[in-house]
Amino acid sequence: MTAAPARDATSLGAAAPIMPSDLIVQVPPGTPTQELSMQEAIREALREEMLRDPSVFLMGEDIAKHGGAFGVTRTLFDQFGPERVRNTPISENTIVGAATGAALVGMRPVAEIMFVDFSGLAMDQIANQAAKLRLMTGGQAKVPWVLRMPQGGGAGKSTAAQHSQSLEVWYAHIPGLKVVLPATPYDAKGLMKAAIRDDNPVIFLEHKLLYSYKGLVPQADYVLPLSQCDVKRVGTDVSVIASGYMVWHAMLAARQLEAEGISVEVVDVRTVSPLDEETIGRSARKTGRVVLVAEACRSYGPSGEWGMVVMEQAFDYLQAPIVRVTGRNSPIPFADTLENGVWPSTPDVVQAIRSVMA
Amino acid sequence: MNPSKEIQLEMLRRMVRIREFEMATMDVFKRGQIKGAATLYIGQEASAVGICLALQDDDLITGTHRSHGHLLAKGAASDRVMAEVFGRETGYCKGRGGSMHVAALEVGCLGATGVVAAGLPIAVGAALGFKMRGEKHVAASFFGEGASNTGNFHESLNMAAIWKLPVIFVLENNRYAVSTRVEQSCPIEDLSVRAVSYGIPGCRVDGFDVLAVYQAAAEAVERARSGEGPTLIVTESYRFDGHYSGEPEVYRSREEVNEYRKKDAIPRFCNHLVENGIASPQELEEVQADIAQEIEAAVTFAKQSPQPESSSAMDYIYA
Repeated sequence: MTAAPARDATSLGAAAPIMPSDLIVQVPPGTPTQELSMQEAIREALREEMLRDPSVFLMGEDIAKHGGAFGVTRTLFDQFGPERVRNTPISENTIVGAATGAALVGMRPVAEIMFVDFSGLAMDQIANQAAKLRLMTGGQAKVPWVLRMPQGGGAGKSTAAQHSQSLEVWYAHIPGLKVVLPATPYDAKGLMKAAIRDDNPVIFLEHKLLYSYKGLVPQADYVLPLSQCDVKRVGTDVSVIASGYMVWHAMLAARQLEAEGISVEVVDVRTVSPLDEETIGRSARKTGRVVLVAEACRSYGPSGEWGMVVMEQAFDYLQAPIVRVTGRNSPIPFADTLENGVWPSTPDVVQAIRSVMA
Repeated sequence: MNPSKEIQLEMLRRMVRIREFEMATMDVFKRGQIKGAATLYIGQEASAVGICLALQDDDLITGTHRSHGHLLAKGAASDRVMAEVFGRETGYCKGRGGSMHVAALEVGCLGATGVVAAGLPIAVGAALGFKMRGEKHVAASFFGEGASNTGNFHESLNMAAIWKLPVIFVLENNRYAVSTRVEQSCPIEDLSVRAVSYGIPGCRVDGFDVLAVYQAAAEAVERARSGEGPTLIVTESYRFDGHYSGEPEVYRSREEVNEYRKKDAIPRFCNHLVENGIASPQELEEVQADIAQEIEAAVTFAKQSPQPESSSAMDYIYA
């Protein structure tokens, strides 16, 4: 019993989807657990890693007493103080560059960019410096930082064109970076701990709609592996490959179709890059039918990459053309009716699954 | 007060080493023996050497796209820098970085960068790491006058100032950003006044005078180590060669270049050493001969070193 819906009390609009609480169950029965929202799960991961390792510290805009735009770092300032929960000026490129410099001398910074949409301001330090230093120095340097960035939109949040994008492919296209996009509190906590302990720069994308989603998380320390997909639901008829908030649409669609006798497997691409091609290929070969679901814009988005992996690894096994459900090629408009017009929904996923089964 | 005889002779050796290294680089580039571009530091030697000799071994520097001189000034081995310029496995970066990205972490060089002003935020972060751990090291960031017009310059000086970080910002005004004269890109003549915006000291020194640069650096290092925060040092010099070796240089006259060549830091410093009895003309010739031999050997070492195997191209992407 995990993953309760729990709308964010501050969320706007009327169309935020309510997901059933038992859609995703990840902790085995009998494990001592606590119920955490994704916001709390990320915070606890940060807290535990800061207690474990004095080189871990946080930096970003308004993350100290204010707790960040989404409250993720709230209470950490009181516990760790201004040195390790460090408010910065509005200087995105230097926030990331300073994280790189600190990482080069042995620190493990976790920096925050308030919205992924603002990360263009830091793109040189992310893509040209941090991502390439390992190679450019012939292995002399390592850059163990985590860059936390809220992303995503949809469902009446109405944060419009410059606060709602899904930009994981900007970073997945840069070798040297790892890109994580968790869908549940359990994954968020375990992957954040892995990201902090990893010796590479890790882009950690947090879907804004998921901050308030609750789920059961083990009380004991645990770390999840980066660079692996996670099969969220085992099925035999069709594979749905999804990540981030889209995993929930996939799981809900799978439940609805179960009643019709369609067995859906859901593969969560919780690390977008480096991509675990093997798990995607294995699932596609098993079911022979594939639906791809990604919130990002359709053209040159994640679904194109996943689809090619299926072609390379499972072409001879396919019984139907691959179908994809994606965000449309549009900036995110403000009015929630318009936003819903560009964002994938559970019925879209249901329809896509039916189409590959036909 | 001038530094010891020992330090002054080391200043000479390092300036001559940079000059000889860059002349050799120009030579092999013109012969087509190296690929890429050769962006040379000839004319600016006193800036890097004056700063770096005021630093300790475990202090750090970040560089620019014109950083052979910064590395050699900080103590990098000329043969391994040359091997990197040749793209060989024996280079500091095993041929993965090349001239533009050469780094030598073992002597405190975090790396040259192909993007103007990208080294400033990294130096700020290194200094932040030092401060958080209570280490008394200093980070120096080299950049040109062109970089002082970027957002990075503003963000980095501001952040270092509010946190009182041990950073030395070294603005090397060589008067041209590729072809753009400093007067065309900066509305003020004395760029050190930009420090005022951040409430930090700024000073302007003759970049052809290694002792003046050293003096300014020593004060800034002292300030940084004692927790008083960053300093902006502007070294006024000139690059004698083009933006890259062999470029047409249509944007400046031969006469202008020749005027600046008269200010050359190396003969000027040699005169100082002889006039003040610090070194005899014979000792100076010995230094020149020794370094020339060292650089010749460095080129031979680089040429004879193996190229990286194509099969190793995917190494060093992830740690």
